[in-house]
Amino acid sequence: MTQVLTDLTIAEAQAGLRDKRFSAEELALAHLHAIETLNPRLNAYLSVGHAQAVEQARAADRALAEGDTRPLLGIPLAIKDLFCTLGVRTTAGSKMLMPFIPPYESTVTANLLRDGAVFLGKANMDEFAMGSSNMTSHFGPVENPWKRRRDESAVLVPGGSSGGSAAAVAARLAMGATGTDTGGSIRQPASFCGLVGVKPTYGRCSRWGVIAFASSLDHPGPFARTVRDTAILLNSMAGHDPKDSTSADVAVPDFEKACERSVKGLRIGVPREYRSDGMPGEIEALWQQGIAWLKAAGAEIVDVSLPHTKYGLGTYYIVAPAEASSNLARYDGVRFGRRENGEDLRDLYERTRAEGFGPEVRRRIMIGTYVLSAGYYDAFYLRAQKVRALILRDFDEAFQRVDALLTPTAPSAAFALGEKMDDPIKMYLNDVFTVPANLAGVPAASVPAGLDSNGLPLGLQVITRSFDEETMFAVSAALERAAGFSALPTLRAGA
Amino acid sequence: MALDPATVRRIATLARIRVEDAEVDKLQGELNVIFGWIEQLNEVDVTGVAPLTGASHMAMKMREDVVNDGGYPERILFNAPDRAGEFFAVPKVVE
Repeated sequence: MTQVLTDLTIAEAQAGLRDKRFSAEELALAHLHAIETLNPRLNAYLSVGHAQAVEQARAADRALAEGDTRPLLGIPLAIKDLFCTLGVRTTAGSKMLMPFIPPYESTVTANLLRDGAVFLGKANMDEFAMGSSNMTSHFGPVENPWKRRRDESAVLVPGGSSGGSAAAVAARLAMGATGTDTGGSIRQPASFCGLVGVKPTYGRCSRWGVIAFASSLDHPGPFARTVRDTAILLNSMAGHDPKDSTSADVAVPDFEKACERSVKGLRIGVPREYRSDGMPGEIEALWQQGIAWLKAAGAEIVDVSLPHTKYGLGTYYIVAPAEASSNLARYDGVRFGRRENGEDLRDLYERTRAEGFGPEVRRRIMIGTYVLSAGYYDAFYLRAQKVRALILRDFDEAFQRVDALLTPTAPSAAFALGEKMDDPIKMYLNDVFTVPANLAGVPAASVPAGLDSNGLPLGLQVITRSFDEETMFAVSAALERAAGFSALPTLRAGA
Repeated sequence: MALDPATVRRIATLARIRVEDAEVDKLQGELNVIFGWIEQLNEVDVTGVAPLTGASHMAMKMREDVVNDGGYPERILFNAPDRAGEFFAVPKVVE
C-alpha cells in the first residue's frame, strides 16, 4: 500500500473502508503502532486500549462486510479522559480519580460507539480541564508535535485543556478526538496544533457522563484535521439527551453537507474589541488575510462591536471557579476516587482533597468558594452573572447585523513548556478570544489558517448564532479552502 | 480589598482543603493577584441587568417525577474506597 493509513482524513477512510481498500483492523493497527512509537515521547494518551480497539475494529469489519453503513464504522478516535467510558479508567488528568473505573458510558462516547467508532485510548488533559497548556495534568505534560523552525529542541505545549486529544490527532495517532471546551479548551489547542476544533452550541452535545468542571460553560466537541471531519464527528456526537437537563431538544442538521455551502452574500462581522494592544503583528496580519479570503469568496465584511469583550475573562474566572467549587465538592474520598485517611471524617475530607487535587485545581476551588461565600456572593458572583448577561447581549446585537464573526483564536502560537507558569493571569490570558463564546453559549470553531515566522500554526475563529453550526461550518470550510493549510508537524506517524 | 491569612484559612476550611501553615503565604499572594485583576468588573454598569445563570436562552425542561433508573448497588459501590455491606464506610462520626 502506497498511502500511509494514518495520514487519511476521516472522509477518506470512510471511502477506503467502504471500497475494501483496507480493513478497519489494518487502520486500527496502523494507529496503535504509531502510538507505540510516538506516545512514549508525546504523552498524548494516558491509556491505550489495544485489545478493545482491535476487537471494535474487527466488529466494524464484519459489519462493513454485511453492508452496514453507520458513518463511523472503523474510524479510530482518541477520547479525552474527561469522558466516562464503561469499564475503562477515567481520571480527568487527576490523582484524585486514578482509581476510578466508570460503571457507565458518557452519552457522547456512546453515540460515537453507536455509529461504529473505534476507541484507541484515553487522552491526556489538564487536571479537571483546568489549564491552557496541559501542564496541570497529574500524569505529566504533553509535547506538541510541532517544532519551532530554528529551535527544534524546544518542547512546546499543545495547549489545553484538551492537549492530549490535539497532540494525538496532529501526530496522526488518531483520526479525530473528543474534547471539551469550557473557556477555549478545544479551540486553543486546535490552534496550537494546526487542527480544526469545534465547540458547538451549548446543549448541542450532552454533558452526561462528562466529568463536570463548570456546568454552564462545559461544551463537548470534536477535533480533526479537516473541517468536514469535525462535521462528521459532531453529527454523531450531537443530539438530545434526556439525561442532561440542559441538552437541547432540537434536530441535528447535516453538518457535513453544510461544509459545501457557499459563503457568498453572508455578512461576516469583525469585532473591533478583539484587536488587543499586545497582539503580535503576525496574528493581526493573518486575521486581515482571513478577512480578505472571505471577501474574495463573496462575503460582505462588517465592522461590529462587542463592547464587553474585555470583561469576558474576569467574568469567566468568577463563574467557572464558582461552578467548579460546587461540582468538585463530590470528591470527598467517600464514594469513589482517592481517599486519604484522617483522624475523623472532617480530617479525611481535608486530607483527601489536599492530596488528590493539584495546585491549580485547589486554587480554583478556593476562588470559587470565596466568591460564593456569605458577604461576597453579591459583589463577585452575582455581578459576574450580570456582566455575563451583557456579554450575551453583545453577541445577540451583533448577530442581528451579521451571520458570523471572524477573530483570531488565540493571542499567540504554542509556547514552550514551563513558560507562563509563574503567573496564573498570564496563563489565563490565552483564552481571551475564546472565553466569550462559552459565556454566551454560541458555537465557535478554530481553523488552521497559516504559520508564524517560527513555522508554528495559527488558527482563526468563526463564531455564529446559537444552533447555527451550519453557517459556522460553511465559513470554516471557506477559510480552509482559501488557506490551503498543508504544513505538517515534525513529530508524526510515518514521518 | 486584599485577603489576609485568616481569610485564606477560612476559605480553605469552607472548601475542605487542608492547607499547611507554610502554604498560606503563597496562596494569599496568588489569590490576591487574581482578585485584584477580577476587580475590573466593578467598572461595568450593571444597573437593571438581570443575572444570567446559564448559557444561551434555553428554558429548563421538566420531566415526570418517576423512578426510571437505579437498583444496582454493586455498580454504585464498585468504586468505593471502603464499604460495609451495601453501604459506603467512613471513620466513626458519632461516639
